[in-house]
Formats: sequence, structure tokens, C-alpha cells
Amino acid sequence: MSSYTPMELMICAAARLLEDNSTIVVGTGAPCAAAMLAQRTTAPRLTLLFEAGGVGPRLPRMPISVGDSRTFFQGVMATSMADIMETCQRGMVDYTFIGGAQIDPYGNLNSTIIGDDYNRPKVRLPGSGGANDLGSLCWRTLIMTQHDPRRFVEKLDFMTTPGYLTGPGAREAAGLPRGTGPYRVITNLAVMGFAEETCRMQILSLHPGVTLADVQTATGFELPPACDPLPVTPPPSDEQLEILRNEVDPHRYILGRNAA
Amino acid sequence: MSHAPSHAQSAASVPSQGSGELFSSPDCEALRDAMRQRPRGMVNKLTTVSEAVRRLLSDGEYLAIGGFGGDRIPTAALHEIVRQGRQRLSFAGHTATHDFQILCAGNLTGRGTLLEKVDIAYVVGLEARGLSPHARRVIESGEVATTEWSNYALAVRFRAAAMGVPFLPVRVMLGTDTFNRSAARTVTCPFTGQQLAALPALSPDVAIIHVHEADRYGNCRIRGTTVADFDLARAAKKVIITCERLIPEEEIRRDPSQTIIPYYCVDAVCEVPFGSYPANMPYEYFSDEQHLKAWLQAERDLDTFQAFLEKHIFGVSDFHDYLAICGGTRRLQELRRDELFPAG
Repeated sequence: MSSYTPMELMICAAARLLEDNSTIVVGTGAPCAAAMLAQRTTAPRLTLLFEAGGVGPRLPRMPISVGDSRTFFQGVMATSMADIMETCQRGMVDYTFIGGAQIDPYGNLNSTIIGDDYNRPKVRLPGSGGANDLGSLCWRTLIMTQHDPRRFVEKLDFMTTPGYLTGPGAREAAGLPRGTGPYRVITNLAVMGFAEETCRMQILSLHPGVTLADVQTATGFELPPACDPLPVTPPPSDEQLEILRNEVDPHRYILGRNAA
Repeated sequence: MSHAPSHAQSAASVPSQGSGELFSSPDCEALRDAMRQRPRGMVNKLTTVSEAVRRLLSDGEYLAIGGFGGDRIPTAALHEIVRQGRQRLSFAGHTATHDFQILCAGNLTGRGTLLEKVDIAYVVGLEARGLSPHARRVIESGEVATTEWSNYALAVRFRAAAMGVPFLPVRVMLGTDTFNRSAARTVTCPFTGQQLAALPALSPDVAIIHVHEADRYGNCRIRGTTVADFDLARAAKKVIITCERLIPEEEIRRDPSQTIIPYYCVDAVCEVPFGSYPANMPYEYFSDEQHLKAWLQAERDLDTFQAFLEKHIFGVSDFHDYLAICGGTRRLQELRRDELFPAG
């Protein structure tokens, strides 16, 4: 078994979650690497869509913008943003990956401001972009992020993108599509899911060498294990690492970074 | 495929509305009156970028930019707006990245207030490249009024205006602070009782769109993704087109299925080769990541940024000079190769 970085583990764990013959809207960075890895291993018929209108590209290199020409390079269609979002809205997109500066126990995400005054924020972040749309409309939302207490907070400074909002039934009551929501949170420490009865985040597996206490210390809210003992996240296989390093990201655009 | 926790729908919620300011009227009768006044003649609309911006964009108007921030943007027109010192514009920030960065050069740099109101779906960031320090400065200063939306929401708002209706219903933004800080409202479907977000039509005073090819009347072709430009061109009250190259009317007529924007939606046509630089132009040239990095670097310190702007925008007469400063045809050739042979 080769050695690997936390980022490589995250990408490989995320790639395993993507079923073959499904559809996914991805952004740039690690999520795109995970989708590309899945296509080259367990999900060869996974169709990638990009929010600016790219569908089914043969990605020659990692895109730098979700609207750049690589997102439809040798693709099956170059269309509009509304067409992509409406494909999600009518229920044809299985997965999306989104991230944020903060995440709460219900998987709600903040990518708008840091600080408690909207009009004079400490940090102005980009805002929703397509995140609110994708997190509202895709069947399963996957979140990849660095695990630390500043990100995993009980209460967000701003709820940009809906997770399970305030808990069971809240998405449906707000008018969001039935049966959608956050599915997995993949960090440098663990893989999390959401409890059926409470819609609150819980730990599903610990990465090799990581303890339950490590994860809970890095989380600003109560984060229980889903079972006892917790399984260990499978480490990247040699095949995954080989493809990830040599085909998906040979220039180490993503792999050269710290986790998320 | 539905393994997410699912729960029975609870009782219909009370109607709610966001507290954000609506920066433009969704009135479809007023829009029809404005459209009625627009010229319809299939006449020669060729002009220069500086003349088009001078004639068609006034202080205090609402501006929208085509493309996707770092992809197929009308850079020459954006520079010209800053150079001419337009004031108090409203702006539609739907994945506005380098375009927003350029416009922010007209705020907090001793040249008045270029941006006054911004509908935000995505600003300040340049996607994988990081955040723009000066755009952050401008928004965090509080001198710009902002209202939140999502990318799809702004695209739908353009479509509502393009359709000539005052609003459209969607299933996004619901239940979030993005909704609470927007000017959207909830509405109940008269057929199913489903709660939806009603988005007000957005008809910008001026849209500027960079395209691959146009004839002198303004019939336009776009290759690659159209993002929101099909609707934006129809929603706006005035449209300025910049194009990579002019083509003859006969070429348009040879294959009308390629026309994305028809002449009657267009008020000015400007030929600007490499007009999206340093942003990506599909099938023409890739983005100049070195130059975009230089922008982000220069913005960290306001004095350094002023010198950078002087060199690249205020001190140059037109876009040809800007391209020359940035490496000229040698650099453009490299970017064309990046675009056409992305795998190396």
C-alpha cells in the first residue's frame, strides 16, 4: 500500500460514493478531481455537468472556471446555465459537490459573509453562485471541506445554501424538492452523514489513524458516531492513486494543496 | 434514488419576502413601453467601443455583462467604462469575476463611485484563483448597496424580462438567508399548492456581451456555452456587442440556425479581436492566468493597484495598447495554443 496525503484520501473517498450511470454537477478543484477519478475507475458512465452550461466533456485538464472551455471540451453539449439548473430542478441530477466557509449540524452552508453584520462584514465571500441552486435541487449533495472548529459551527454567520435547514421536514415546508439534501461530508478526518430522525450530522467512518476525539475536537458542535465501533474509511487503492496522480492531476493543481 | 431522509410535507408556510432592496422595476408594461421606443431598423451599427459606451451607458443606469466572469467577457468595454468614469451604476453580479474586478477599479480609487448597487449571485471571488482584495475592499466598505440572489435566480430574472412577464417561479433560495437578503417573495402555485420563490423580472438598462462573430447589423453567433446571454440580450433595453470578428450578412443568412442574438436586440456592434482577454474565449484563446494573478497581486496594496491601473487602463488609449503591454501577439499565440491543444 502506497503512502498518500489527506487530500488524496478525501478525493478517493468521494470518488467511491459516485454510482455509475449517474449525473453530477461539479465545480473546480477537489470535487472535479473526485468525479474524474470515479469516471476512470468505478463509474465510467458518470456524466459531468458544469453550471455555466458544459455537459459531458472529455476533460483534458482540470478546469479553472466552471465556465471555461474545458468544461465542454469534446462534450456532448454546450448549453446555458438555466438549462443545467433546470435539469437539476426537474430531478435529473443525482449528485453535486459544494463547499463553504462554514457548515452547521444540518449541513447548511455559508459562502456569503464572515461576521454578524451583513452590511459591514468582516469578510465578504463570493455569495451563492450556483451553490444554493445545486444544494436545493440535486438529489444528493456532497460536501468536501477541511475539518476545523471555525468551519464546523453550531450557528452559521449566514445561511447561503440549504442543508436540512432546521431539521426534519423543514426543506419540504420551505418548498424545496422532496427527498433532496446533504448526503455525505468528506473531510481530512472523517466521513459524515445525516441521521434519519434528526437530520443532524453524524460520523460514519474515521480515516486511518484518526480517533473519535480528534474529530469531535475539530468540530464546533456535538458530532456523535453513527455506530460503535466506527469503521475506518478505506484508504486509497494503488489503482486510485496511480490514476489520480498520473491522469487526473498530473500537474498537482489539487494534490499539491492542503486539504480543501 | 432517494436515500436522503424524507419527511411528510408540513402545512403550507405563510408567504414571506426577502428584505433586500429591489434595484430595478419588474413592471412588464413599462418594459413594453421602453421596447416600443427602441429602433428596429436593420441598419449598420458599427462603432468604436469608446463611442458605444459614451452614447449608450449613462451615469446611474443598470448594467449587466455577458459571459461568465472569466470566460467570454467584453473586457475592452469594461475598461472603457472605468476610463470614462461612469458613476453610480447598478450591476448584475452573476458569476462576475474579472469583469467585477475591473468595475471595482472605479470605487475607492479617487474616481468617485462607479458601482452603487449590486445584485449579488457571485462577486469578489475569481473561482479557483481566490478572492479579489480590492473587490472585497469595495463591498466590505459598505459604500455599495447589495441584494443577494443565486446564479440561477439572476438567469431566471433575465428570462422573465425576456419573456415580457413580471416574475417567474423557481424552487431555489427557499428557506435560506440568501432568500432573506434577496428581494424575492414566496408564492403558492394555483394548481398544486406548492410553495415557490417568485423572482422579479430584471431588465438591465444596458447589457454588454462579447461574442465570436457578428455582422454589422448585430446578428450574433456564440460558440460554446451561452451562459445567460440568450435571455440577457433580449431582456436589456440597450445592448452593446463586442465581437472577435465581423462577418458578412450573407454568412449569417447562409446558416441562420447559428444566430443566438438577432439584430433588433442590438444597438451597437464593435469589432474587438481578442476582446475577452485576459479571460477565456472558447475555441479562440484560453485565459491568461499569469495576468490575472498579477491583477490579484497588485490589488493587495492600494498604491500598487493605482499604479497597475494607470499602466493598464488609464494610461493606454485603447484595447490594442493594453494587449501590447500584456505581451502582444506572442502571448496571444501561447493562449491560443492552450485553448486549442489543452492536453498539451
